[in-house]
Amino acid sequence: METILVLVHTEADGSLAKSAREALRAARTLNKAIAGSSLVVGLVGENVQSAANSISASPVMKYFGMTGADFGQSRYSTDAAAAEAICKAANATIVVAPATSRWARVLPGVAQRLGGRADTHVTGVSDADGKPSINRWYYRQRMEAVLTRTQRPWFMLIDPGSQTACDCGAGTATVEMVAVNLSDACKRTTVVGIREPKADQQTIRPDAKLLFVAGAGWTKKQSDGKTHTDDAAKIILEFLNKSKASLGGSKSVVDLSGEGQAVLPFMTHLNQIGQTGATPRHPKGLSTCCHGEEPHAVGWRFVSERRAVNLDPNCGWARGKADVLYVADAFEVMRKVNALLAGKK
Amino acid sequence: MSTAYQIIVCGSVVPDPLQTLEPITGPALKNEMMLPAVLDPWAAHALFEAANLAKTAPGSKVWLVSLGPKAKLQQVMMTVAQKAPFELVALDGSASGFTEAADVAAALADAIKTIPGLDMARLLVFGGWESASRGAGVTMQIVGELLGIVNQFQGVDQLTIGADGSLEILERIEGGKHQISKCVGPPAVLGWATGNLPEPPNNPQIGMTNMRAIMPALQKAKPAKIGAGGIKFTSVSLPKQQRQTKIVKDASDDEIAKELVEWNTNG
Repeated sequence: METILVLVHTEADGSLAKSAREALRAARTLNKAIAGSSLVVGLVGENVQSAANSISASPVMKYFGMTGADFGQSRYSTDAAAAEAICKAANATIVVAPATSRWARVLPGVAQRLGGRADTHVTGVSDADGKPSINRWYYRQRMEAVLTRTQRPWFMLIDPGSQTACDCGAGTATVEMVAVNLSDACKRTTVVGIREPKADQQTIRPDAKLLFVAGAGWTKKQSDGKTHTDDAAKIILEFLNKSKASLGGSKSVVDLSGEGQAVLPFMTHLNQIGQTGATPRHPKGLSTCCHGEEPHAVGWRFVSERRAVNLDPNCGWARGKADVLYVADAFEVMRKVNALLAGKK
Repeated sequence: MSTAYQIIVCGSVVPDPLQTLEPITGPALKNEMMLPAVLDPWAAHALFEAANLAKTAPGSKVWLVSLGPKAKLQQVMMTVAQKAPFELVALDGSASGFTEAADVAAALADAIKTIPGLDMARLLVFGGWESASRGAGVTMQIVGELLGIVNQFQGVDQLTIGADGSLEILERIEGGKHQISKCVGPPAVLGWATGNLPEPPNNPQIGMTNMRAIMPALQKAKPAKIGAGGIKFTSVSLPKQQRQTKIVKDASDDEIAKELVEWNTNG
């Protein structure tokens, strides 16, 4: 009989992120599909009571918690100790967790400690003849597999944005606290802070409706034979500020900074989309000055509606990768777009 | 006084990103052995960062522990060897993305343990935070666990060594931010993202020096039994990704801009 543990961590303010509720929804899907299975929740954080209360209307049999200042920070050693202890206390055979940076760092190691296995980037869960199965992508989103495992505990890390968040209501949950002794070795690492761009320079917005991708074409010579990188930067930033879109870049454009060429100053490797970059989830995507070659386009796997602006009618986007390709000068088009957006304010 | 690090980079080979991939029953890739391969991109970044660190910390040494079909490793090493000085520890086994990460990690950890003079007080285990094959981001954590290392970091973009020998590490977290952590010192596992270094240019001198040791290392590569025990693949398929692209050639910039704004505003 499967015991499905939803393992979540709290945010800095003690709340649960949307991704935690998505994991809960996925776990509930398995719970309903697997006859005789039970659903329990484990929470890790400085304080977890309010987080547990916020989902207490869900059909969870039991709540386990690991609390204290040591568990308020995202650190491998203490997170591993906490997750291991909760999994043991719950006798979990399946562990469903959001694939946040915190859990993705630590849960594969916890699976190893418990003699289990971990699958990350899970985009779907279902049952196959009463047995749990998952969907995940291989070769950087180029092929999708459906698989099941015999090993237990089986850790399933659910990709944020891939599920509908559980809308279970609040109430009062009884949380059974689990204790663990932390050795000195567990405290050799200290989280000292978060580095983030200034608010007006923040270009990565995971919840944005639109992903705006800039390719290396923005930094190349234009029709007058000159580069206009400053203009490009101004146009793009203006669009991002007005539209609140998230910015992505092709590998070509983010690599330019390492090659000493004219660059878009706000574009970093964090913005990179594609084979060696991110695969963000946005309802819409607009590509500009980017050729849409396969290593880049695989990063668009989870972008539903795709449009592109490119001067080359034979670019990669034209070959079935975009819904609409506008053969045009992105400088001119985006200037006009900005003017229209300014007029709407 | 600076520490002389033992930097072990775990990195395998993957099909060149420009190749068309097609799954076949197994699962496996169609014509897998025929596909040109490259060093896994994030592992390559880890290797470049390792070489850079070794250069700044006198007495440090870099090992590349690589698991893959011997012939593929040899092909890839011809290029990689020219990028940075390292000693190769080769394991002959499958580099398929459909294998079990725990098997791979166990083989890598066993190989690391056989490196003579391994000193945990100087040990930094590097690798890519995810492979371009399995793409799970699981292997490095298991390697760390098998080596007893509980100071682990993933999605690393920067490592700075403090005057006191401490490690300051920047890890990618949600929303385009970095978490800054400070670790007292080695041992530590770092799964690298892109880092900050460009790909080094080919250096034939380094290549020749490396290759003198790489060829014998390849010849004595131990076979590694890598499987997918416990996993049953129900299906592996290419996505139905082909779209009916509408190509708009004759619209004015004004018309396109208007259409884009409406598209972005609606729905």
